[in-house]
Amino acid sequence: MAKHKTPLLDQLESGPWPSFVSDIKQEAEARAKNEKGLDYQIPVDCPEDLLGVLELSFTDGETHWKHGGIVGVFGYGGGVIGRYCDQPEMFPGVAHFHTVRVAQPAGKFYTTKFLRELCDLWDLRGSGLTNMHGSTGDIVLLGTQTPQLEEIFFELTHNMNNDLGGSGSNLRTPAACMGMSRCEYACYDSQELCYNLTMEYQDELHRPAFPYKFKFKFDACANGCVAALARSDMAFVGTWKGDIRIDQGAVAAYVGGEFAPNAGAHSGRDWGKFDIVKEVVELCPSKCISYEGGKLAINNKECVRCMHCINTMPRALRIGEETGTSILCGAKAPILDGPQMGSLLVPFVEVNKDDDYQAIKDIIEGVWDWWMEEGKNRERLGETMKRLGFAALAEAAGVPVDVRMVQEPRHNPYIFWKADEVEGGWDRDINEYRERHLR
Amino acid sequence: MAFISSGYNPEKPMENRITDIGPQHFTEFLPPVIEKNFGKWVYHEILEPGVLMHAAESGDEVYTVRAGTARLMSVTMIREICDIADKYCGGYLRFTTRNNIEFMVETKDEALALKKFLNEQKFGQGSYKFPVGGTGAGVSNIVHTQGWVHCHTPATDASGTVKATMDAVFDQFTDMKLPAPVRIAMACCLNMCGAVHCSDIAILGVHRKPPMIDHKYLDNLCEIPLAVASCPTGAIRPSKVEIEGTQYKTVAIKEERCMFCGNCYTMCPSLPLSDSQGDGVAIMVGGKISNRITKPAFSKVVVPFLPNNTPRWPEMTDVIKRILTAYSEGANKYERLGDWANRIGWERFFEVCDLEFSEHLIDDFRDPAYYTWRQTTQFKW
Repeated sequence: MAKHKTPLLDQLESGPWPSFVSDIKQEAEARAKNEKGLDYQIPVDCPEDLLGVLELSFTDGETHWKHGGIVGVFGYGGGVIGRYCDQPEMFPGVAHFHTVRVAQPAGKFYTTKFLRELCDLWDLRGSGLTNMHGSTGDIVLLGTQTPQLEEIFFELTHNMNNDLGGSGSNLRTPAACMGMSRCEYACYDSQELCYNLTMEYQDELHRPAFPYKFKFKFDACANGCVAALARSDMAFVGTWKGDIRIDQGAVAAYVGGEFAPNAGAHSGRDWGKFDIVKEVVELCPSKCISYEGGKLAINNKECVRCMHCINTMPRALRIGEETGTSILCGAKAPILDGPQMGSLLVPFVEVNKDDDYQAIKDIIEGVWDWWMEEGKNRERLGETMKRLGFAALAEAAGVPVDVRMVQEPRHNPYIFWKADEVEGGWDRDINEYRERHLR
Repeated sequence: MAFISSGYNPEKPMENRITDIGPQHFTEFLPPVIEKNFGKWVYHEILEPGVLMHAAESGDEVYTVRAGTARLMSVTMIREICDIADKYCGGYLRFTTRNNIEFMVETKDEALALKKFLNEQKFGQGSYKFPVGGTGAGVSNIVHTQGWVHCHTPATDASGTVKATMDAVFDQFTDMKLPAPVRIAMACCLNMCGAVHCSDIAILGVHRKPPMIDHKYLDNLCEIPLAVASCPTGAIRPSKVEIEGTQYKTVAIKEERCMFCGNCYTMCPSLPLSDSQGDGVAIMVGGKISNRITKPAFSKVVVPFLPNNTPRWPEMTDVIKRILTAYSEGANKYERLGDWANRIGWERFFEVCDLEFSEHLIDDFRDPAYYTWRQTTQFKW
């Protein structure tokens, strides 16, 4: 017997898509039955009260969580999002409903052993509800009470060898695409770089020391499966120099209809026979592909490595062999001064595990030193870049200015020069000027 | 209930404390066929909706079955996922960057059997637990946020709008019949946690009323300069009020300059603004992240407001279906939604989607707004 009536939420149990309402209800039932005989450390009916408060929000169209909430574990300045219900008497099960962010493995591969241990921990000490996963990548344990936070952290670190993720004005939890583990487009090991930098900068992740939040994301190619250049202050997007590898036999197989274009991604509709000229040659943004006499040719010098031809004929075309990553900076959501995508700072840098990615770390630390000094309170890197100029970022990062950094040169002539760039400097005598130009 | 200690000693909180160990290394969790062929994949195929095959240099193959999830899930559900992975996949699985689950097996027959099994699993009330799909040129899962389930600043709900939308476009999840993939994202306020600013279609929670000011409490709860600095349009200034003979330090808000972003409330609990009649959703379209053919692009607002008509947001799902249908009928193969709109022109986009164009859709935010107006005589009637 449900604790609260939820006529509105009940309507979200129908329809084909997995119903979060049905799932929360099944968790409520499982806790009520308690077949394992657990001594639940927060109220058994926590999921019931969550449905109750959510139904109230569906009825009156407003959230019922109080503003903010500052909780955590000793030693860290972030990792837990505190939350309190604004109707604690009606819904005591969610009077406290804090979220714990748990660091996830790069690429989000799991063993069932790990997940079951996590479920056992959360079953006892939390609501039994999660988000798999938060947008930044964390495993999100959704809903517990303050006294449980240290207990959860102790078990997580001692028994599961796993840490919390990030929150607050610090390095947030980095995330990667699945990279080399299951993709032939991967230009570098995005998971390993993600892991390495996560470990290198644990202090910056757990103890807020920045003007505002800062995110890393790692895409192993320009397809952007983890959306690095839209959703991270510093985006690492794999690329290559040199030629796309062409297998002419496989090209013929595509033209002959033996292989489906785009690996079969459009097979739900009849788009006609594959037309290599129309679907590949003419769609190339650089128009640097030709197909003559049954042979595909690419003028690689003019290629911008957009991935279209490779995506369309993955069995015939492969990424180049000299691989690395581009680095783009400044992506953010609109608040405060408008959304930004990452802007290209480093066209190409080797991803070299042998020297522990030193070239990449030098760039990161150059950018951080500058932003930590110059960035205003709650100013994202992208906004500092807008305020102080892109050239200042490049200088901080120790990256030589390159025409590849701009989409186009400026069209206004409001150009700054430094005094020492100009012959004779800026110290001038008006009297000397008047000797040539009378008043 | 009796308190059960983990071993943590609150008397000596720093004793035996383990810190800065990070996540576990991902190689701890790779299925053997993935570990063996790591970095040595040569091509892949989508065999049918929701089923991928990757081939390695060694000749090994791995088959992946992708299934949708609600993202918000219980431990009961995760254990059920584990049961499936134990039975079919040697105890391995992964989640995608759009919060789908992927189960990996080593033969096609196993993959198709697993797809069939997953599609048979349903909740008592009828929804699928693990609908297979989300591959190729279709609609995959909706990246979304907390909404009324956990957040204090939302203007709408996340899980509810997403369930309503995915039900409405479900046949696009289980098929691959669109010109290109359509990414739908949802954010419950314009902090835009997630991918709303860069998705083909986006649902965004919006307010339409300025904050209320809890004058008596504001100075005790807020750092006034932070609230002032939080406003993108300079609508907030420090102020004083007198209530029942007592002077309070507070703020004043120029209502005609406020565009209801809610950022001051994020900084100051005494400036709440949620409102059942004022709040609702805006619809944005045309964003993308990949660099394929065209550059990444922001999504643009095409519907400034639709009401929070709970529990299923019918006006919202109607608009989304209309946009999806017009795009599906009008776009060329490989053309993302934004590329299609750019090609036909936004005046034509509004016509074929049957959307009303209003002054709210014309950018008026600072200098860059100018670049969104039309400095050409090129337009269509």
